[in-house]
Amino acid sequence: MGEFKVHRVRFFNYIPSGIRCVAYNNQSNRLAVSRTDGTVEIYNLSANYFQEKFFPGHESRSTEALCWAEGQRLFSAGLNGEIIEYDLQALNIKYAVDAFGGPIWSMTASPSGSQLLVGCEDGSVKLFQITPEKIEFERNFDRQKSRILSLSWHPSGTHIAAGSIDYISVFDVKSGSAIHKMMVDRQYMGVSKRKCIVWGVAFLSDGTVISVDSAGKVQFWDSATGTLAKSHLIANADVQSIAVAEQEDSFVVGTAEGTVFHFQLVPVASSSTEKQWVRTKPFQHHTHDVRTVAHSPTALISGGTDTHLVIRPLMEKVEVKNYDAALRKITFPHRRLISCSKKRQLLLFQFAHHLELWRLGSTVATGKNGDTLPLSKNAEHLLHLKTKGPENIICSCISPCGSWIACSTASRFFLYRLTYQHDNLSLKRVSKMPAFLRSAVQILFSEDSAKLFVASNQGSLHVGQLLEGRFRHLHTFQPQSGTVEAMCLLAVSPDGDWLAASGTSAGVHVYSVKHLKVFEYSIPGKQYTEWSRTVQKQGFHHLWLQRDTPITHISFHPKRPMHILLHDAYMFCIIDKSLPLPNDKTLLYNPLPPKSESDVVRRRTAHAFKISKIYKPLLFMDLLDEGTLVAVERPLDDIIAQLPPPIKKKKFGT
Amino acid sequence: MATLEEEIALSTVVLGAGPDGLLGVEPTDKADQFLVTDSGRTVVHYKVSDQKPLGSWSVKQGQVITCPAVCSFQTGEYIVVHDNKVLRIWNNEDVNLDKVFKATLSAEVYRIHSIQGTEPVVLFKEGAVRGLEALLEEPQQKIEAVISDEEVIKWTKFFMVSKHPVLIFITEKQQQHGNYFAYVQMFNPCTLSKYTLLLGEEEKTVIKNFTASVDRKFICLMSLSSDGCIYESLIPVYPSDGEKNQKVVRSLLLKTVVSGSAQKSVALTILDQNHVAVLGPPLPASKECLSIWNIKFQTLQTSKELPQGTSGQLWYYGETLFMLHGKYLTVIPYKCEASSLAGALGKLKHSQDPGTHTIPHFVNWETSQGCEPGSQNSEQSKRILRRRKTEVSLQPEVPASTQLLLNIKKDSEKHIEIELRKFLALKQTPDFHTVVGDIVAGLLGRCKEEPSFYPRNCLMQLIQTHMLSYSLCPGLLEIALEKTDVQMLQLCLQQFPDIPESVTCTCLKIFLSIDDDSLREIDINMESVSDYNDTAQDENMEEQTGILQNGFSSEEDNCNSCDPELNQKPQDATQATTSCPVIPQRAALLNAILHSAYSEIFLLPYLKDIPAQHVTLFLQYLYFLYLKCSKNATMTLPGIHPPTLSQIMDWICLLLDANFTVVVMMPEAKRLLMNLYKFVKSQISVYSELNKIEVSFRELQKLNQEKHSRGLYSIEVLHLF
Repeated sequence: MGEFKVHRVRFFNYIPSGIRCVAYNNQSNRLAVSRTDGTVEIYNLSANYFQEKFFPGHESRSTEALCWAEGQRLFSAGLNGEIIEYDLQALNIKYAVDAFGGPIWSMTASPSGSQLLVGCEDGSVKLFQITPEKIEFERNFDRQKSRILSLSWHPSGTHIAAGSIDYISVFDVKSGSAIHKMMVDRQYMGVSKRKCIVWGVAFLSDGTVISVDSAGKVQFWDSATGTLAKSHLIANADVQSIAVAEQEDSFVVGTAEGTVFHFQLVPVASSSTEKQWVRTKPFQHHTHDVRTVAHSPTALISGGTDTHLVIRPLMEKVEVKNYDAALRKITFPHRRLISCSKKRQLLLFQFAHHLELWRLGSTVATGKNGDTLPLSKNAEHLLHLKTKGPENIICSCISPCGSWIACSTASRFFLYRLTYQHDNLSLKRVSKMPAFLRSAVQILFSEDSAKLFVASNQGSLHVGQLLEGRFRHLHTFQPQSGTVEAMCLLAVSPDGDWLAASGTSAGVHVYSVKHLKVFEYSIPGKQYTEWSRTVQKQGFHHLWLQRDTPITHISFHPKRPMHILLHDAYMFCIIDKSLPLPNDKTLLYNPLPPKSESDVVRRRTAHAFKISKIYKPLLFMDLLDEGTLVAVERPLDDIIAQLPPPIKKKKFGT
Repeated sequence: MATLEEEIALSTVVLGAGPDGLLGVEPTDKADQFLVTDSGRTVVHYKVSDQKPLGSWSVKQGQVITCPAVCSFQTGEYIVVHDNKVLRIWNNEDVNLDKVFKATLSAEVYRIHSIQGTEPVVLFKEGAVRGLEALLEEPQQKIEAVISDEEVIKWTKFFMVSKHPVLIFITEKQQQHGNYFAYVQMFNPCTLSKYTLLLGEEEKTVIKNFTASVDRKFICLMSLSSDGCIYESLIPVYPSDGEKNQKVVRSLLLKTVVSGSAQKSVALTILDQNHVAVLGPPLPASKECLSIWNIKFQTLQTSKELPQGTSGQLWYYGETLFMLHGKYLTVIPYKCEASSLAGALGKLKHSQDPGTHTIPHFVNWETSQGCEPGSQNSEQSKRILRRRKTEVSLQPEVPASTQLLLNIKKDSEKHIEIELRKFLALKQTPDFHTVVGDIVAGLLGRCKEEPSFYPRNCLMQLIQTHMLSYSLCPGLLEIALEKTDVQMLQLCLQQFPDIPESVTCTCLKIFLSIDDDSLREIDINMESVSDYNDTAQDENMEEQTGILQNGFSSEEDNCNSCDPELNQKPQDATQATTSCPVIPQRAALLNAILHSAYSEIFLLPYLKDIPAQHVTLFLQYLYFLYLKCSKNATMTLPGIHPPTLSQIMDWICLLLDANFTVVVMMPEAKRLLMNLYKFVKSQISVYSELNKIEVSFRELQKLNQEKHSRGLYSIEVLHLF
């Protein structure tokens, strides 16, 4: 089928940022995740946990709280004291409002979704009214002594609980005054700690307030009397997060030791109506602090410093034991961070604030399957390009010829011209870019590197010509009237005549670059190819359908049109459309070369899906030329090695 | 809990199923496929999951299939007999049965059996058995008659018992109904044993259906009689030598699972060791039902109504039940999870007229176990089922306990003892617990009144009923302590789970203070004390091993240097280990203390009251036990029910915690404390070494990973197949 030389690249030194907050939206079954660098990602839990949307981070904007309100509106608040609303259509920030209370530590939306509550550094709790366009400050609650680290509404909306340092306050929403102040014990295993920080509170409809604190306790308070009802000591370190199920029959807490505990409301005795909270299951899927947890109807979701997003389905809630019941660990972004210049064998790596350009090495040797070939030239770091300003890079691209690099932040667009003279490389920023090219969601060069396509976040697509080191604006495809949907995927045909773009709502637009026309194909109405009809008819192999990671990249073999290359984080696959499709009886994945079998058998068992699972986790894979592949891996151990050390637990002795 | 799943109906259009139903359903070498033979001329090969026939074969007009087709598991061929004597063998490719292999036999065939793991076996109507291969070599060979002329084979089954094939068949005398014989045929060596089935009291009944299962030694033959009950007979697989014409008794297993007066035929099959399936009408007028019964708990697990009637035949292979329901061959997958009591309590059959039948859902365990009046049972329902008839105990007019309680008040000690023995010999009633409590209370009450009255033997007997606890008779220990009855105290410590710490401690004080001579005279249960002094003789061996503490040789350990005196005389230490500091009787008493339950906080204050000499003695004993423990690899002591290492360690810690300031001042305890100190130190160093090892292993792991990692960049060759 195919023999390839694979450039196995592990020098992409990418460290995902730690997860700070997660917020689950029950209506759309989506999950918003914010990271410590201010990035916010939206995952579609119905679509195999695909990372649909993303908002780039900002150095000064660390999110401390994230919440959904008014159904589908997403808000965040952070230590710069601002409340931000995100535009989920255009994928940018709608507006930012300063709460004037210093850094914001906590935020929560009212049960009805019409009000926002923020807890600030200066001890104030501020109530905001959500209007269709913006949010408006309404009033302050009674000022507290120290910062408000956690907030929770009573489901009826009449009271709130606020966790601070050493105490929890219960406020009456109508009057805004604190009706109870519940002191949290500082003692920790007999030793008095300096302070006890209430990291999380949850207000249940029966009036119980659950708090988690830095002394490792989960405590149940009666908000009517302001007394402690029950206390569980669950960790030697901080308990940092809590999330309650909508039915209030279970909740989940995350500790700094990386453990997630599940608590359930179970009857005291069988057939008894009296119920009590019992710690039922511990999960240890994290090595570091679990900074945040969420509770979807069927799963526990947790994230923290070790950068993994872990989705742990609750077995008792899962009806069918299929792959939906499996544990998910999402570490890498599903968007593209790497682009490659096929002609010059260059790789461009995108980091939060800089780009790196590497030249791949070469070899003259050949070998058999599995051999590592001696390098005649090692890979070379050519360029380190740092962006100015606090904003993170949204997207970047290197042209196939290797002489152009384009990248964009939320407010600036950069285009660079590279010239190669022997071993020297010179870089020049292209000046005189048109003013409307300020921010791009996706950038693409045409195959011949003569055209540049830029998808802006307003839904328009700009086409520019690259000639002699200059950029000339050719045309702008305007979005269809009324839509401002950002295009997140771009693809161009090899001859440069056709451009396909896809937004977040699964429609595909095809533009004719020559005639400057727009054709739109929505997925259901599209004319499928014969092969795809066959696939639909016969169905995929059952193991193929059971895969649980989204495909992150597709490309075509330049010389052999029958071959499609696609990959996800754990495997890559070359589909040969000329071979028969596998049926459920054939072995889908065959890692070993067929040995004893005759040629006939081999021909009979050969099928269209050629799968390899050697490279993982796989961030990028592409064909450089007919027989050369480049695979970029990012081993998890390398990431863990660069994280701060986790809390050490002693194994022996006491 | 057993469950019947959604049924699958197989069309029987191709089958000429007559009123007598089918000839048979037999498994093939493929799990999901079965051979169905009708009572006429046709054999159909079904794939159950697809609900469709894969093939169908018929014999010529005028011929009749007389024996259900089977599949040979060795060759995958199908075998059928038509017109009693003509054997046909064919396979899937064959189309016409006329053209396939044919062998005409010299005698009439009753059944062909084929199961996994052996060749098919042919059973002739006259009881002779032949292997298929041997038969085909010489089809016309003479077949002997095994059973008498008047007997007719009614039923047969073929098993594998630990890789040996065993065939069982049941015959009935034609003229006299109700005379049944069971024959068990073994192969290599070929032996045939005959058993007469004794029907017992139900002499007149006719057996309607049989089923059997087998374990290593017995064939468990179940029969469904015309009275609607299931009986069980155990037939040995391997014949007990000598005896001719052995008899087998049958016992009632389940009562009235089908209506006794059912005209139609009923069927029975064993599903697993706890479950049977029964096909037939549960009540005289009702429609037919398929019911699953748990025979262990004698409960109905599930049932399914079959309104269109059945042929009264039932087959069970793998996990599927087959029956003819109306015109369809119905396949019901059956699943059974492990039986539990809760699961076995069963469910009530979906009875159509809930008003008329108030059937209890399950057996009342309270009454059926103990003294159950028979009349109540019959009245409640016929459905209360019992494996055996419980012997009805005759209840005297005045309960024995009341009489005994009266006796206690005035009778002599001797007399009470006799009465008590009588009472205890009686069957235990449900309220036995409380009665025993009452008796003890009565005895203790009299003890208080009359200081001379101490019915020691009675009390000992009562304690040994395992019914007493401290909270039930707190006075008992008090009196024993008062009388320093160490034997009684030991017994109480062993039997009572809830002795307060203060009492435990008082016992300990007595055990430590009582003098050796008086102890020697008392008969104390010594089973927890294995002969400790025995080992004193193999001193040589001990010197070789030295004091090895968790594999740490103290000689090498530098902590020894802190104790030069001990270092010089290692014999001293071994001396201490070899001789037990207390006499065996005392050791047994102290072991009882070690076994008793306590909580530290409550025990500590009482331990402080023990005199220092006694503390030292106890510590010495504990240390001795520890050394004994550490001498073998499993860290246990010899003997029956010895104290465990953790019990010993906990008590050492407790004693030291409570009395350290006192003990440390005593010169005679110095060596002991030194030894303990050394021991703790060695433990700490073991743990620190373990931590070190952990770190080193982690480093090794890192190195290992580095070896495996391929560096940051490489070019590799990949071949996709």
